[in-house]
Amino acid sequence: MDIKDQNIQSESDRIIEQATSQEYKYGFVTDIETDAIPKGLNEDVVRLISMKKGEPQWLTEQRLEAYRHWKTLVMPKWAKLDIPRIDYQDIIYYAAPRTAPKYASMDEVDPELIRTFDKLGIPLEEQMALAGVAVDAVMDSVSVKTTYKETLAELGVIFCSMSEAVRDYPELIQKYLGSVVPYTDNFFAALNAAVFSDGSFCYIPKGVRCPMELSTYFRINAAGTGQFERTLIVADEGSYVSYLEGCTAPRRDENQLHAAVVEIVVLKDAEVKYSTVQNWYPGDKEGKGGIYNFVTKRGICRGENARLSWTQVETGSAITWKYPSCVLAGENSVGEFYSVALTNNYQQADTGTKMIHLGKNTRSRIVSKGISAGRSQNSYRGLVRVSAKAEGARNFSQCDSLLIGDKCGAHTFPYIDNGNSSSVSEHEATTSKISEDQLLYCNQRGISTEDAVGLIVNGYAKEVLNKLPMEFAVEAQKLLSISLEGSVG
Amino acid sequence: MLLEVKDLQCMVDGKPILKGINLQVNEGEVHAIMGPNGSGKSTFASVLAGNPRYEVTGGSILYRGEDLLEMDIEQRARAGLFLGFQYPVEIPGVSMANFMRMAVNERRAFLGEEPLAAGEFLRLMKQKAKVVEIDSQLTGRAVNEGYSGGEKKKNEIFQMAMLEPKLAILDETDSGLDIDALRIVANGVNQLRRPDNATIVITHYQRLLDYIVPDYVHVLYKGRIIESGDKTLALKLEEQGYDWLINDIA
Repeated sequence: MDIKDQNIQSESDRIIEQATSQEYKYGFVTDIETDAIPKGLNEDVVRLISMKKGEPQWLTEQRLEAYRHWKTLVMPKWAKLDIPRIDYQDIIYYAAPRTAPKYASMDEVDPELIRTFDKLGIPLEEQMALAGVAVDAVMDSVSVKTTYKETLAELGVIFCSMSEAVRDYPELIQKYLGSVVPYTDNFFAALNAAVFSDGSFCYIPKGVRCPMELSTYFRINAAGTGQFERTLIVADEGSYVSYLEGCTAPRRDENQLHAAVVEIVVLKDAEVKYSTVQNWYPGDKEGKGGIYNFVTKRGICRGENARLSWTQVETGSAITWKYPSCVLAGENSVGEFYSVALTNNYQQADTGTKMIHLGKNTRSRIVSKGISAGRSQNSYRGLVRVSAKAEGARNFSQCDSLLIGDKCGAHTFPYIDNGNSSSVSEHEATTSKISEDQLLYCNQRGISTEDAVGLIVNGYAKEVLNKLPMEFAVEAQKLLSISLEGSVG
Repeated sequence: MLLEVKDLQCMVDGKPILKGINLQVNEGEVHAIMGPNGSGKSTFASVLAGNPRYEVTGGSILYRGEDLLEMDIEQRARAGLFLGFQYPVEIPGVSMANFMRMAVNERRAFLGEEPLAAGEFLRLMKQKAKVVEIDSQLTGRAVNEGYSGGEKKKNEIFQMAMLEPKLAILDETDSGLDIDALRIVANGVNQLRRPDNATIVITHYQRLLDYIVPDYVHVLYKGRIIESGDKTLALKLEEQGYDWLINDIA
């Protein structure tokens, strides 16, 4: 680690400390007291969700349309995933925020979870909040949040929960919600559009460069948004924002299915960077439990010179189905996708991206680093489509796979659909394995096998990790090592 | 006594390779182990280091009074046993700095010392790089990746300098080195020589022993040490080869 790393380390420690030492607010801004509605899904449930959230008529109608469409669909089967049957009538689609703690003290929490928290260096108070332990101490963090909100307000940046946005900015929501991922897009997008619980809304006005990374950490009501999260980011002309999504700590969640939708609209000359560190509960070593993470993420570069960059570090979830994509409509617009997907034990991931080149001289870059360990299956699936009008479009794709052990699988499914002869598309792929000789060499220098694997994996993923904002990069590094524990030897 | 090997036996793929090795090494000593190809030199080095691929089938090894065979490979390393590899492996993506920092801090933890802060560590890297006259830029690169043969060997000695082992075993460190690199490597080893550590140099050629002067020379043949002597033994081997010894046994 050089001095720069050290500075990043201490800087990121400070940021993480700040970010994590604040109190989680469980609860939506509604006056509804009811805890939950009954299991199952029908039109009445959809109406009830909309009503409880006090939504305008058009949104209720839109939810219903989505629901009716969803009923005509079946779950997609094309991914290289073995998905157990999901009973959609056995899910509770609306639950009021939990205010009651699950545990009275830290002693009741799974010791393995606490061990992981300790390794991540998460402060005790935060550990308690994450595990769902009652927190009595009020932490001094209000000032951080207030300063943050004030700065954003001065610049005209809107950053609030989706529920608040529906109430306070109905024109923006009506204009953009569903404009990138319509409910007709796919099975899970339709489901989400029908029953989404909450999420985030972010609007950056013309010409504004958002001076800080927007993180759900800071947003009021960030916690408890649940299974069907909806995120909408709109970057107006010439603006810039870096957005961090993530549960950067391993949070156990009793919910099994997560079907989130993220939509991003990037207008002329604007730039959005979207970073995710996904670490939902992956299930235990035998593959029991865990989250099914079926997420639709897509952004559109609408205007000239727009830029959209997705960076993701995926270490969690039992099953991941996720393809953050870029529609490059504006001329000279740029889409990027940087991904590290790590699977261990019985985890399955089918993840990648779509780069849809519509405008002239659009460029895209894909760097995907898959890491498979244990008995896991890890697939990269990517589509590069160049439309007939996309003169001079360029794509570069690099898909690397790293195997740890001999019981896991790595698969690559690159699709290239090129409709314009003046465009250039390059694809590179490698598969490598951590060799016994490499581990032996590290061992002989006093480095344990687990640490050695962590070192090698982080080295392998460096190109992507470097794309993360620094407060995320350090945590992502630790996560990669922790997620691989027990995968060798 | 630093190291006491008694009647050490080892099988590889069901074949006996080491057939009863006896060796005693005290602090402050340099031992050279020579012998023709296939005599078991590298196997001996691997067994001392604790490579789990080698099955020890008999005998004992005491290292600083402790049963070395009870320790796994990384415990031995942390306890100050260093192996300079004949073929150092490349680890793409892992910088020398990160790699060494982890290794050094493991060694320090064993010694009950605090981990080094980044600044101190980088200063140590710079200082130790001089021992083997390596470009400090090398330390910013990935472990052995794209290094020339000579650079790899220098890098082994650099790591030895960083880790300050009690017992260093250098397995054919001279192989593939030109005369300049050989001099630099040997010079590095000599600089690291102290009254409280020891080195076992495994080599084919007496050439290296012109630079690293051993206190003892042993000849390993078919899994046994068949002759031990002082540095003059190496010179005799250089002149006469191994035949006179081998014929002696026969």
